Amino acid sequence: MTDKRISVAAVLAVSLVLGACAGKAPKTMPPDPGGAVSTAATDGGRTGPVPGSQADFVARMMGQDSIYFDTDRFNIDSADMAALQAQATWLARYPAKRATIEGHADERGTREYNLALGERRANAAKNYMVSLGIDAARLNTISYGKERPVALGSDEASWARNRRAVTVTID
Amino acid sequence: MKPSAVLVTLALFSAPILAQETVPPTQAAPEAAIEVLDESDWQDLGIAIPAFATNADVPTATSAGSTAALGTSLAQIITANLKNNGLFKPVGPETLPRPAYEEVRAPAYQTWSGRSAEMLVQGFVRPGEGNQLLVGCYLYDVALKQQLASAAWQVAPTDWRRAAHKCADLVYARLSGENPFFDSRIAYIAETGPKDRRMKRLAIMDSDGANHRYLTTGQTIALTPRYSPDYKSILYLSYFNGQPRIYIYDLERNSQRLLLQTSNPLFAPRWSPDGKWVLYSMAAGGNTDIYKMPASGGAAVRLTDAPGIDIGGSFSPDGKRIVFESDRSGSQQVYVMNIDGTDQRRISFFGGRSATPEWSPRGDQIAFTHIAGNLRIAVMDPSGKGMRYLTDSWQDEAPTWAPNGRIVQFFRTARGSGKASLWQVDLTGRNERRLPTPVDGSDPAWGPLRP
Repeated sequence: MTDKRISVAAVLAVSLVLGACAGKAPKTMPPDPGGAVSTAATDGGRTGPVPGSQADFVARMMGQDSIYFDTDRFNIDSADMAALQAQATWLARYPAKRATIEGHADERGTREYNLALGERRANAAKNYMVSLGIDAARLNTISYGKERPVALGSDEASWARNRRAVTVTID
Repeated sequence: MKPSAVLVTLALFSAPILAQETVPPTQAAPEAAIEVLDESDWQDLGIAIPAFATNADVPTATSAGSTAALGTSLAQIITANLKNNGLFKPVGPETLPRPAYEEVRAPAYQTWSGRSAEMLVQGFVRPGEGNQLLVGCYLYDVALKQQLASAAWQVAPTDWRRAAHKCADLVYARLSGENPFFDSRIAYIAETGPKDRRMKRLAIMDSDGANHRYLTTGQTIALTPRYSPDYKSILYLSYFNGQPRIYIYDLERNSQRLLLQTSNPLFAPRWSPDGKWVLYSMAAGGNTDIYKMPASGGAAVRLTDAPGIDIGGSFSPDGKRIVFESDRSGSQQVYVMNIDGTDQRRISFFGGRSATPEWSPRGDQIAFTHIAGNLRIAVMDPSGKGMRYLTDSWQDEAPTWAPNGRIVQFFRTARGSGKASLWQVDLTGRNERRLPTPVDGSDPAWGPLRP
């Protein structure tokens, strides 16, 4: 059904994103998702991550489990679309899997507004994946505002990495 | 948690007993005593605060020791209160002679004028009814040889510091003409740990940092507390089932509950000045709006419906208007509306972004965070005019007002480390100081004068 369409889209997306590699998406591991979800441990790499696990998702996304935003913005640009298409392809392959999309903001805003902004970013990512055919019921959103930065500096490069929405699949 | 639970219960029961015994001030204070001065001149007003006297040095049930030791501690607290707002130059009990009990109501003026003290605060402490304590407080003008104000309070042993705060309030109010504020408490978020994984706990303390207590363990993030006007509960944000929700912490029962059941994220809880209403902000599909509901529960009313993020909100002291924050124009700006949501109007037109507005308890000013590169604390009048900065640092945010509307507290984040600390500044912007907290602190919320 939609699986095929997504797979094709994903192949396009991957090449698209490789082409646009110098864009705003830094290659970093996502933050530990915290208490809300559990993360499967990768076991030494002899067999690799269990297919369909969060570890598998992280390995296959190669950084595309996160999308990035400009200051105060929440729009999905072409690099974000490519990443979300890759995520959607994976989720389509494992239809029993659910995911949480965590929205974040950089530290240069007020705390409460950033919570709402993070929610808005997570929701934008979710809406795009739903438009790709992923059942909305499989996707939760959560906002951490500026409370859980992944880059610890107080500079433009760190802030760019912190304005993000991270998809974490639920094992 | 058990011992502190007992403490709080005692404190609350004792509160109504406070301030029963008021000594009327001497009549006809001359007008010359109430000169209106520029605040910079007040820095030179010397106030001598010797140890409070006692009729007999007897043990007390307080943490300060006997009545004599307590007399010294009371004077020290009053000195620290009056020193820390930049208006006066108080001298504490360490370097002053201790007046005899009989001298409290008949000061040896020549002693104090010789020490170039313009004002003199004397007091006594002695056993009251049961295990309570009776504390008297007298303010004298040394040059005029005249009593300006006096009062006495009966306090429970656990509440002994309140007597000092009330005495400091008496002195401050009489000399400045402003309303008192020392006898108040602060809720805030205590922060520890690395920047990417800060532990954020709900904590409370007196206005001078004493009687500090953690309310939550830090297992889940706690943010943005607000004391109820009666000090019986605290609204705050925490995560529940992975979503930000609003909790009410009941300080009498030491229990907490969700404000309302919903699967939507909730932010920015606020009390109305009479404690009967709660404002909150709820996100739905990325759109955040402000709602109002009875604090006792019941149906919520949606106050905003603009696309975008409408968040926060602070009632005017008369309870008729609400100032809030919205990005409906493309960036965070400050708006006002009636309490039914009608007549929504933007009032911030300064360039940059304007956020976290808080209406002064006096009604004449709105404090907010102005963002133009750095985040700074600023004030404006309720029509959006007369904007001026109170702070100039890398990142200051989330102002909260002293009960008398003359001082603003906020939190300051350090560039790089992300470490946060509590600060306060007066309305001149000249008297800024850091509040002592056991660990890092953010999101201060100053409660009203204690009932």
